[in-house]
Amino acid sequence: MQIATRHYADAIVATLAGRVDHQSAAQLEAAVMPLLAEAGARQGQLVLDFSGVEYISSVGLRVLMIAAKQMREHKAQLLVAALQTVVAEIFAISRFDRILTVTPTLADALALCSPAALAQYRGAGSAPAP
Amino acid sequence: MMRVRFWGTRGSLPVALTAAGVRHKLLAALRAARGRPMASDADLERIVASLPFAVAGTYGGHGSCVQIETGSFDHFVCDMGSGLRPFGQAAMAQRGGGAAQTFHIFMSHLHWDHIMGLPFFVPAFIPGNRVVIYGGHPGLEAALRRQQEPPSFPVDFSIFGAKMEFVHLEPGRRHDVAGVGVTPMLQRHTGDSYGYRFESQGKVVVYSTDSEHPLAQAEHTERFVDFFHNADLVIFDGMYSLADAISVKADWGHSSNIVGVELCQMAGARHLCLFHHEPVFDDEAIDAVLAETRRLEEITRGAKRLHVSAAYDGLEIGL
Repeated sequence: MQIATRHYADAIVATLAGRVDHQSAAQLEAAVMPLLAEAGARQGQLVLDFSGVEYISSVGLRVLMIAAKQMREHKAQLLVAALQTVVAEIFAISRFDRILTVTPTLADALALCSPAALAQYRGAGSAPAP
Repeated sequence: MMRVRFWGTRGSLPVALTAAGVRHKLLAALRAARGRPMASDADLERIVASLPFAVAGTYGGHGSCVQIETGSFDHFVCDMGSGLRPFGQAAMAQRGGGAAQTFHIFMSHLHWDHIMGLPFFVPAFIPGNRVVIYGGHPGLEAALRRQQEPPSFPVDFSIFGAKMEFVHLEPGRRHDVAGVGVTPMLQRHTGDSYGYRFESQGKVVVYSTDSEHPLAQAEHTERFVDFFHNADLVIFDGMYSLADAISVKADWGHSSNIVGVELCQMAGARHLCLFHHEPVFDDEAIDAVLAETRRLEEITRGAKRLHVSAAYDGLEIGL
């Protein structure tokens, strides 16, 4: 699993790729925890871009649960964006789609974060304006 | 050949189908039949066969009780929820009251929903019968005697005419019980619970209910993968959604369909049977959980297919 991080205004975007399974969930947890601390310290938002994630197991979902709980304690927000079809089904079957904020695209998630985050994202040329 | 019969499949509290529930099913069946031929009984049978289980049947409401036919003359039973009462009646009807029978009963734990059937277990009242109750809890006998004391119940434990025996089983070790290999496993549940792996005639059935799985503990996962290894049937506590099981219902001692699929896939098990259904779920809700679990198995399948079913009172599975 690969993880890359970018900042757009008050939002941190972590882009994940690969499988989040019983073997790699610890890697996800280790990568996300410092980002939670950073986003939580300034009551910002952390967006997990799942567009490259092919599969997530129960252990990976547990990491998301912990992350969302920690963000809430800091009055910050965790968003998960751009689920692939299989991962979206796993979210629905596990009912994680009911307890996490999930958006169809990364732009949708950044729009929920702030106008500045969305503007920076679009300004960076990562996605065309509609 | 082993055969598994489910006499009680509901978790925590027995439930019953209500008049409103029956009416709902009737209306759904009549809607489905609208416009179809209904002149003959064969026409009606075809319509009924085409209905979803939630319309044509019901998952039932008795508490945990599962019979495992091993080929032995003795009876093998897991747990004494309210489903023990119909099991006892069936055993009496099948063999009559005159023939002495031996019942080997394996207890997951001593919570009320798993012991409440004993006071209504007719074979225990018959002199000549033998009821051997196995478990890992030190307070096994005391708990069963206490539930029949005033003010909880009007008939004392001493009323039983059958020979009542209690056997402590050490977990993690294979025991021979009337020719059947039985391996208990300590499980995570308030006050502890025990799962059982039954091995007979080359077949393996695992009974694992009231068992919570801490997802972050790799050692725990490995223990259960070993316990389920190559099982022909895993009867699994799938009471909650994963989200509920690790958030609002964390430490309630139960598991989810997702963890059931994952453990069975890792273990190379052949059949996952969801068990200990949430009592607030109606038949449609359990049907939906089953459909979703089958879909999960399909989209996560490796080299080997895992058959997925949901237990209902009256279900029989041949192995």
